[in-house]
Amino acid sequence: MNSKTQNKIAIGALYGIAGFVVLILLALLGYILVSGMPQLSWHFLTAPAKAFLKGGGVGVQLFNSFYLLFLAMLISFPIALGAAIYLYEYAKDNWLTTTIRTAIEILSSLPSVVVGLFGFLFFVVKLRLGFSILSGAFALTFFNLPLLTRSIEDSLRTISETQREGGLALGLSRWETVTKVILPAAVPSILTGVILSAGRVFGEAAALIYTAGQSAPALNFMDWNPFNISSPLNPMRPAETLAVHIWKINSEGIMPDAKAISSGSSAVLVLAILIFNFAARYLGKRLYKRLTSA
Amino acid sequence: MSEEILTTQDLHLYYGDKEALKGINLDFTEKGITALIGPSGCGKSTYLRTLNRMNDLIPNVTITGTIKFKDQDLYSPNADTVQIRKEIGMVFQQPNPFPFSIYDNVIYGLRIAGEKDKEKLDAVVEKSLRQAAVWDEVKDHLHESALALSGGQQQRVCIARVLAVSPEIILLDEPTSALDPVSSSQIEATLLNLRHDYTIIIVTHNLQQASRIADRTAFFMNGELVEVDQTKNIFMNPAKKQTEDYISGRFG
Ligand SMILES: Nc1ncnc2c1ncn2[C@@H]1O[C@H](COP(=O)(O)OP(=O)(O)OP(=O)(O)O)[C@@H](O)[C@H]1O
Ligand SMILES: [Mg+2]
Repeated sequence: MNSKTQNKIAIGALYGIAGFVVLILLALLGYILVSGMPQLSWHFLTAPAKAFLKGGGVGVQLFNSFYLLFLAMLISFPIALGAAIYLYEYAKDNWLTTTIRTAIEILSSLPSVVVGLFGFLFFVVKLRLGFSILSGAFALTFFNLPLLTRSIEDSLRTISETQREGGLALGLSRWETVTKVILPAAVPSILTGVILSAGRVFGEAAALIYTAGQSAPALNFMDWNPFNISSPLNPMRPAETLAVHIWKINSEGIMPDAKAISSGSSAVLVLAILIFNFAARYLGKRLYKRLTSA
Repeated sequence: MSEEILTTQDLHLYYGDKEALKGINLDFTEKGITALIGPSGCGKSTYLRTLNRMNDLIPNVTITGTIKFKDQDLYSPNADTVQIRKEIGMVFQQPNPFPFSIYDNVIYGLRIAGEKDKEKLDAVVEKSLRQAAVWDEVKDHLHESALALSGGQQQRVCIARVLAVSPEIILLDEPTSALDPVSSSQIEATLLNLRHDYTIIIVTHNLQQASRIADRTAFFMNGELVEVDQTKNIFMNPAKKQTEDYISGRFG
């Protein structure tokens, strides 16, 4: 067998494997969307869920998912940004940074159920936050922080060392170089990382089951005072998210249209994550163009 | 005879325990161009980077000896590196414009220093770009990305960026080695323009370049300064055998 045919066989095999992966992905997406799309309607997206009757929606769960995502990002982004800047721009390689890096590594490979149980014991029980949005947001922060820190660190790494030298040689301090040269240059890629991690957080269930809880009390969308129990903004209310809803319906749903609601919810979830992914690419590219040409 | 603006005395530099500079004594008078030449790895870049403390960024570097900029000890414990680098600017081998517009690139140093006056900034941009001899090429797209320029234009924008913070000394480390011959000669012309107003120290591998633009040339070898003299003398009538061998292409 000469090297040309060998090459052909190898390429054929690689195409085969790649095609197989794409096929599985498309089949999964297709199945979820085909069985879920027919359920989607304005009513489904906005109505509260029903426990025993048919015709419930996922409005509250959808809102909860976004609200939790927002809070979790609000807490984890500044910490992750600070940690990444420290680790990449300032820290020298020594035992301390090696320890931090290892900790981040381990934390990022922790199964999310474990994060959820830790959140339950610590935030829900110990700190008496109860099943609440706040407990959930803290658990999601633990889940998200290591991944986000690493992704921001990777974004900083893509900015060439010559840019840092350029900034310093111009008489900027290290901090000015980081904030005025490196960060602006890294914004598009950081944003992409944030949105992608938002997709992961949005679809997370295991970390939330025992922290944000599995019930979604009806909300009064006219009441925006965060201290009222029926206000959507109240951070102390239990808040079942979309992903948790899917899990719950499938394990103990007793409404007659459980199957349909679960399919519909899955379709919403998948669509939201797809939108996150495409938005990440689009915004990242747009922003990079804007920043580098304006 | 003009004043000495920068002096180095018995300068040693170690990367870990490898001695890269072995006691350099070299002074620079105000204005004019000094070229640093020598075989690859002889320590030219290392020496240049000690002059505005860019070697501070590399871990495990030890530096002994004194460098004085106008009687100010650059390595004294209370020296302000940020201030030093404003007065002693640097241009690198690879053009490194920031990923912003040409305009923003040039005024970046000033803007961060707090300058807000639009008219003043506009004036500085024009003046610096003119000095760097790129004004005519970029004046119609100042607000487009500097990354869209050719390598040679980028390099001249980088020179303008340094000029905008009005340094006294400009260090250049092989600024034309990544450029085509036409761009290189434009940079050379730019430097010849600047030599009346700035003290310029340039590392170059291109001996013709040194002979074309430098008033003085210093020859380095193995971490030592072999010889420094008027460029003419170095090329026509070197005092040391090693210099002669290098100039006539017998090694390096
Ligand atoms: N960051 C570093 N760590 C360790 N050794 C280094 C470092 N930078 C340079 N050296 C060593 O110091 C010596 C001088 O290097 P330097 O870069 O100053 O040479 P140069 O004259 O600029 O060479 P070239 O003409 O190739 O640019 C070389 O032996 C090099 O290997
Ligand atoms: Mg060099």
